[in-house]
Amino acid sequence: MAVFGRSSPEIEAPADIEAASLRSDQFRLERQVDWQRLDAIVTALEKGRPKRISDDDLLDMPVLYRKAASSLAVARETTLDAGTLAYLESLVRRAWSQVYGPQTSFWAWLKRFFGGGWSQAVRSVWLDMCIALFVMVAGAVVGWLLVARDQDWYFSLVSSDMAGGRVPGADPEILRESLNTHETSEGLSIFAASLFSNNAGVTILAFALGFAFGIPTMILLVYNMALLGAMLWVFFNAGLGWEFAAWLSVHGTTELLAILLGGAAGMHVGRAMAFPGQRAILTAISDAGIRGARVLVGCTIMLIIAGLLEGYARQLVGDMVSRFAIGGIMLAFWALYFGLAGLRKAGLRKGRKA
Amino acid sequence: MSAAIYSPKVTKRDRKLITPEGLSLPLTVASRGARAGALLLDLTFICLGVVVFFFVMGLTGIGLFSANDVPNALGELLVVIIIIFMFFARYGYFLSFELGAKGATPGKRLLGIRVAARDGGKLTADMVIARNLVRDIELILPGAFLLQIAFGGGTGLGVYGWALVVWLLIFAFFPFINKDALRAGDLVAGTWVVEARQAKLPDAMSLAPSHAATYRFGVEELSIYGEQELQVLENVLRTDNPKAMAEVAEAICRKIGWQVGSGDDREFLESFYQALRGHLEGGMRFGRRKANKFS
Repeated sequence: MAVFGRSSPEIEAPADIEAASLRSDQFRLERQVDWQRLDAIVTALEKGRPKRISDDDLLDMPVLYRKAASSLAVARETTLDAGTLAYLESLVRRAWSQVYGPQTSFWAWLKRFFGGGWSQAVRSVWLDMCIALFVMVAGAVVGWLLVARDQDWYFSLVSSDMAGGRVPGADPEILRESLNTHETSEGLSIFAASLFSNNAGVTILAFALGFAFGIPTMILLVYNMALLGAMLWVFFNAGLGWEFAAWLSVHGTTELLAILLGGAAGMHVGRAMAFPGQRAILTAISDAGIRGARVLVGCTIMLIIAGLLEGYARQLVGDMVSRFAIGGIMLAFWALYFGLAGLRKAGLRKGRKA
Repeated sequence: MSAAIYSPKVTKRDRKLITPEGLSLPLTVASRGARAGALLLDLTFICLGVVVFFFVMGLTGIGLFSANDVPNALGELLVVIIIIFMFFARYGYFLSFELGAKGATPGKRLLGIRVAARDGGKLTADMVIARNLVRDIELILPGAFLLQIAFGGGTGLGVYGWALVVWLLIFAFFPFINKDALRAGDLVAGTWVVEARQAKLPDAMSLAPSHAATYRFGVEELSIYGEQELQVLENVLRTDNPKAMAEVAEAICRKIGWQVGSGDDREFLESFYQALRGHLEGGMRFGRRKANKFS
C-alpha cells in the first residue's frame, strides 16, 4: 500500500515490537509511526508553515487523522497506558482542529462571500429588514413631528457642533452653503476615512446591541433617524427640501441601507433569542449570530463605499440631478445585487437537500 | 505546554465533544482566569502596537513637516492611515489571529487556550467574525463608560446613562453566570474557548527487560488494585524518583502481603506494573473493568 508509505525519515521506526510484553503496547508500537507522522504535519500547520509538509503527507493527512481517531477509540477500550491515552487525545484534538479549523483561505472566503454568501444572508433576514425599515421610518417621522411642534426639540436631538449653522429658522443662504461642493478634493480623504470609521462603529454597535433582545438596536435606530428627520424639517422649511434630499441621497442610499442591514442583523439575533421556535435556544442564537455576522461584514464594505461617496462624490458633484442619479444608481445596484446574486446556488443547494 | 500528566479525575470544566466521525473527544473548557489573562495580554499587545505605530508615524510626520512646503496630500495620507490603523487595531487584531491555524490570539496561545466550534464541527470565518463584533458591547463600551466614571465622577451620566452602564455590565459579567464560561460573543457565534494542551508520546512501559521470572504475581495479588492505582504507579515510574519508588514499593508489598525485599525497587515496580496492567487489560477485553481498589 503505497499510500501509507512512510515519507518522513526523521520519525524512527519503533524498537522491536515483539519485545513488548503487553498486547496493548504492541498495538501502540505498531501504530505510533503514523501518529508521529500526523503529529509532525499538525505541528507544521499550527506553526503556519504548510510548505514544510510534503505532498504525500498532505494527501495522507485525512487518512492519518482517521487512523489516529480509530486508534484512540480502540485504545480507550484496550489499554490502560495513561500516557499513551493522553497523547492520543491531545493529538486527535489538535488534528481535529486542523481538519475542521478555519481553513478557507481569505481569498476563497471572499469569493464565496461576494458570489452569493452575502446576498443570501441578506435575503434570509428579510423580515428583520422590514422591522428595521419600519423603525427607521418611524424614527424619522418622530424627529420631523417633534421639531415641527416645538423647535426646541431640535437642540436636544442635534448637538450644536454637529448642527453647525443648520438650525431652525436659519438663513436659507447659510443652509444652501452647507450643501455646496468644495473647490478641490483636498482634505476629503481624511473626511471619508473618519466618516467610515464612525459609521462602521455605529453599525457594529447596532448589531452587537441586538444581543439584548434587539431593543437597544431599535432605540439606536430611532435616535439616529430622528436626528435625520429633524434636519429634514429644517431644510424643507427653508424651501431647500429637494436640495437636501439630493445632497443626502449621494451617500445616504448606501449608508442608510448599511445601517438598516446592521440593525436588521442585530434584531435577527434578538428575535432568535426571544422566539427560538423549534430549535434549542443556543442553536437558534448561534445560527442567527453567524448569519448576522455575514450581513455585517457586508455592511462594513458598504460603509467604505458610502464613506467614499460622502467624502468625495458629494463634495465634488454639485447639481441636484447628478446627485439624485448617483444615489439612485447605487440603490438600484444594491437592490439588484441583494435580490439576485447567489439565487441559483441557493436553489441548487435546496434541491440537493431534498 | 509541557507534557501534561494524564489526570483521569473529572473536573467541573471537562466536556465531551462529538467529532463528525462520531468519536467523543474530551475537552476542557478554559478557565475564566486564563481567559482574562489572555485578554489582558492581548490588550497589552494592542496598546504596545499602537504606541509603536504612533511613534513611527510621529517621526515620519516631523520629518515631513520640517521639510518646508509639504505636499498636502502626504500629510492627508498620514492621517488616513492613522484612522484606518485605529479601526483595525480595534476590530482586526482578534479577527485575524483567531482566523489563523491556531484559532487563538497571541495572548490565548501563550496561555494554551483556543477558540473552537461548540458543535464539534468546523470553526468558520463567520463564527470568528460574529464573536469578535460582539466584543464591542462587552468590553469597549463598558470600558469607555467606566473610564468616564473614573475620571468624570459619573456626573454627566444621568439616569439613562447609569441604566446603560448597569445593562452593559451584565454583558461584561456574562462569562461568570454560565457553566461553559461563554461570553456574549461566544453565545452568538456558537463557539467556546477550550484548553489546547499538547502532550508528548511517552515511552512504552513494557519494553524494559522482563523480570517475570523473578517476580511472580498470582491472580489474588493482582486483584487488589484497580485502574486508578495503576495510573498512579505509571506516574511514579515515569517520574523515576528513587525515594517515591521505594515508598510505593513498600506500600504495595504491605498490601499484597509480600516481604519487603532488598531487591531493586524499580525492577519490582516495573514487573508489578506490567503484571497488573496485563491482568486489568485482560479483564477489559471481556468487559470487566475495575476502576480502583474499592470497586
